[in-house]
Amino acid sequence: MNFDYNEEQQLLADSVRRFLSKDYEFEKRRKLVASAEGWSPQVYAQLAEMGVTGIPFSTDHGGFGGGAVDLMGVMEAFGDALIVEPYLTTVLAGRLVARAGNDAQKKAILPGVVEGKVRLAFAHTEKGARYNTARVQAKAVRSASGWELSGEKCVVLGAPMAQTLVVSTRTDKGVSLFLVPRDAGGVSLKAYRTVDEMRAADIVLKSVKVGTDALLGGDGAAVPLIEEATDFATALVCSEAVGAMKFACDTTLEYLKTRKQFGVPIGTFQALQHRIVDMYISYEQAKSMACLAASKADTASDASERGRSVSAAKIKIADACRHISQEAIQLHGGMGMSEELKVSHTFRRLTMIAQQFGDADHHLARFAALG
Amino acid sequence: MDLNYSKDELAFRDEVRGWLGANLPQDLRDKIANYDELGREDLMRWHKILAKKGWVAPAWPKEWGGTGWNVVQRYIFEEECGYAGTPPLIPFGLSMCGPVLLRFGTDAQKQRFLPRIYNGDDFWCQGYSEPGSGSDLASLKTKAVRDGDHYVVNGQKIWTTLGHVADWIFCLVRTDSSMAKKQEGISFLLIDMKTPGITVRPLILMDGGHEVNEVFFDDVKVPAENLVYEEGKGWTVAKYLLGHERMNTGRIGASKRELAKLKEFAAQQPGDDGRPLSEDVRFRDRISRVEVELMALEITNLRFLDQMRRSGQPPGADVSMLKIRGTEIQQSLTELMMQAVGPLAQPFEAANGDADFDAFTAGLAPRYCNFRKASIYAGSNEIQRNIISKMTLGL
Repeated sequence: MNFDYNEEQQLLADSVRRFLSKDYEFEKRRKLVASAEGWSPQVYAQLAEMGVTGIPFSTDHGGFGGGAVDLMGVMEAFGDALIVEPYLTTVLAGRLVARAGNDAQKKAILPGVVEGKVRLAFAHTEKGARYNTARVQAKAVRSASGWELSGEKCVVLGAPMAQTLVVSTRTDKGVSLFLVPRDAGGVSLKAYRTVDEMRAADIVLKSVKVGTDALLGGDGAAVPLIEEATDFATALVCSEAVGAMKFACDTTLEYLKTRKQFGVPIGTFQALQHRIVDMYISYEQAKSMACLAASKADTASDASERGRSVSAAKIKIADACRHISQEAIQLHGGMGMSEELKVSHTFRRLTMIAQQFGDADHHLARFAALG
Repeated sequence: MDLNYSKDELAFRDEVRGWLGANLPQDLRDKIANYDELGREDLMRWHKILAKKGWVAPAWPKEWGGTGWNVVQRYIFEEECGYAGTPPLIPFGLSMCGPVLLRFGTDAQKQRFLPRIYNGDDFWCQGYSEPGSGSDLASLKTKAVRDGDHYVVNGQKIWTTLGHVADWIFCLVRTDSSMAKKQEGISFLLIDMKTPGITVRPLILMDGGHEVNEVFFDDVKVPAENLVYEEGKGWTVAKYLLGHERMNTGRIGASKRELAKLKEFAAQQPGDDGRPLSEDVRFRDRISRVEVELMALEITNLRFLDQMRRSGQPPGADVSMLKIRGTEIQQSLTELMMQAVGPLAQPFEAANGDADFDAFTAGLAPRYCNFRKASIYAGSNEIQRNIISKMTLGL
């Protein structure tokens, strides 16, 4: 048994953390999210330079062939710094390409992803689907020259910065994936800022014509692939949450030690001491479950064991996100409500992570069903 | 034991309900239902409608426009307003400065300020909290030095709700720093927001909204006639007010309306299986939990009200209980509305001002964020527990 990161994992996490603490400190981030683009290509390029974009992809495409555990420390650093760059969404869509794509498709896309030059988005969520990964209504029908795609996708994170979309559709055989250039004819985006200050878009596909080579994986065979890739991304977001929670706990602890009322630091009040102790208990349990999710996301050969582990982790993470973020604000008092303090932005990110890839109820139902 | 309203009380409730139904303008009703931001004009428009009817300050003495209602009638009125979804009556003038002047003001102060508060001519805000004085309010440092026929005020207030649209601010200021007890040497001053030397700086909250401010005082000259009660006795005034601030924090009526809306909303949202979310057993149970909490709070509130009516005593520390549970319920309701839309809770703000951007759905997560303030403001829920522990339990 060994819960430590190995030397390489630790080195990478440390260097990412060092870089972000300098180039992504809170004031810089504020300017970034308020800018027209809403993200930093330079930061993304720098992360690619450090190898972060290559970790989860095969050496065949210039990557490192790493897994979720190799990314835990990096994701924690991302959660701490609240990065808004389209990394997770690129990894998620990239995993679909890596798992489902043929050689030509992988060659066309993955080296660019590894180099940080190509960004991807997974256009999957639909208005009526809630968190059900199998409920897809967008359609793909065969045409003379390939396929024609129609339908609507919503909250596609990272879509405004992506060059290529992985789109889930329903063919007469079932749910199927397609590679679609974001600027393809018939693809229109409505971009917006999200609550956690990322960029996303609702996408309308209107008779989008793609070739036969755009089909990613088998026709009608996408649901297990989507589940696997979503589990992988969920494991990563669990670690991101752990980083954000750690910041929320630490900054609240610091506040309890320095904020004085009634002539003493408010951390001398036992009522508040117990509250922050509970926050740290939540954090430790969340961290443990993030370890479990990352360990099982790659190695579990059994899809049901993988799903149960990831869902169990997401339940604990969602609960901890809610508990820690709410208490962090409460213990800061009025100051916690101000957008001038980073902790209120951490609150927003944790609130969204609690629901990302399914809320606690969704994963509870899935966990029980996978029994 | 009989938990029901009397015949007369029911008749009163029906009268209020009928009048609100006929007199609450549709556009204001819609704004509340859509969670739109209410501006000073919206707030004062409703204030003036109630003033015209004679219902804007029920608790005031009759000669100043009060209705003569007993505590149960006042409760019914407030909860019916909440249930109907009226704009809130901003408490700073009607429920705070007004009662203070009625209790401590000179005749001249009453004549000058009360009719204008009643009629909605002046918009008031509250200058209590300071950066270093939140829960420990009595440690406040904003200074007022007497200089002939006026005071010179220097210092800073924070979390001043609606200070950016207010005409007047009532402030706790320190007029004597030499006292051994920090509660002594504080005075209650009324300050015209147009006085030179006052700067209002917006404090944007985490939902992006502007409702609170910092207010800076730089050699602000305040006529000595604007001192309320005696110099150095401001804490007595403040303590009197704190009870008033907490009178209506259960907000049962408003939460009932939000609960009904949540149920209706959940019936329109898809669950994971494609059926309405309201049929999802987990989500339905969450709604039921809040509903039971709300029932318990309402009956507790009525029980306290009944005790108050019989004893004729003002509400004690029990009100703190209503504040704690009431705000928890409000927060649960905003959280469930956000959770009800699942992934659609993420959008926040259209990049290019798209006309068909679903602002209502996009507003649900910010609203959840915003309501975190409810357990912090008006005496944080921790301070409310301290009050119960000290006053009720004698610890």
